[in-house]
Amino acid sequence: MYKATIQIVLRPSILDVQGKAVLHAVHDLGYPAVGQIRIGKVAEVTLSAGSPEEAEKQVREISQKLLANPVMEDFSFTLEKL
Amino acid sequence: MSQLHIGVVQFPGSNCDHDAVHAWQTAGQKVSLIWHKNSDLEGADVIFLPGGFSYGDYLRCGAIAKYSPVMKEVVRFANQGGLVIGVCNGFQILLEAGLLPGVMLPNQSLKFICRQVNLKVVTRQSSFTSAYQEGQVIRVPVAHGEGNYFADEDTLKSLQDHHQILFQYCESDGSVTDSANINGSMLNIAGIMSKSGNVLGMMPHPERAVESVLGSQDGLGVFQSVLNSFAEKAD
Repeated sequence: MYKATIQIVLRPSILDVQGKAVLHAVHDLGYPAVGQIRIGKVAEVTLSAGSPEEAEKQVREISQKLLANPVMEDFSFTLEKL
Repeated sequence: MSQLHIGVVQFPGSNCDHDAVHAWQTAGQKVSLIWHKNSDLEGADVIFLPGGFSYGDYLRCGAIAKYSPVMKEVVRFANQGGLVIGVCNGFQILLEAGLLPGVMLPNQSLKFICRQVNLKVVTRQSSFTSAYQEGQVIRVPVAHGEGNYFADEDTLKSLQDHHQILFQYCESDGSVTDSANINGSMLNIAGIMSKSGNVLGMMPHPERAVESVLGSQDGLGVFQSVLNSFAEKAD
């Protein structure tokens, strides 16, 4: 079994209005030094595969097809053997 | 002209499906509800994807709906030239399914916007707007949290070059301004069609503006335009 931790983030060209709202709140909390906040998603996926390469291939396909929308999001992941 | 058969697709979480049925019936057409697990479109002439929160809007609006069994058929139907209309969440599903270009981001204000807006009919050269006048301003309600249309520069240029932008948020006099842009959409885009001209996506709800008791009948033009396009084909 493998566990993939997939990070999905908005592409740099996309204005993250949610991150901006959170940034305002962080400033109000008294952290004026915080310059930027961008909000993304994390998906933890466990799967069985014959090899790490095969696991990576599946995770990449799942990410491209469903978990991230390439028009506005980028993804990256780490893989560990359970 | 004989009656058209309209298929309104129901996803778990659709909530404008019955509004759509009512609107098409008001326009005198026969309507069936098509469940998302169906893998045939029951011979429908037009497919309507209603608004709502399909699959709870989990992951991204419309992202999970695009892999429902019925959507395979909808994509096939659209690729064969069938008329497909997606309103609100239906528009988001069409974007995710790749039948229309671009994506929806959260409204710039981060607020859910639920009110009547002014829309400019950019062109009447389409199967969805021929019943309107060019440049006409219509009043139709919106109700969405993620209607901030985004596409890259090349896509926007292509949309303009091929006259695919059908509706824009505007002032009551028809001018397309930043202040009329309720959600931050690029080019004030409220509705676009595919390059092939047979797929319409729009965030405002024409099906909620088909009787004077609803505050506006301006949405009826979309339905009448579709009927016109079939009548022309029959001639």
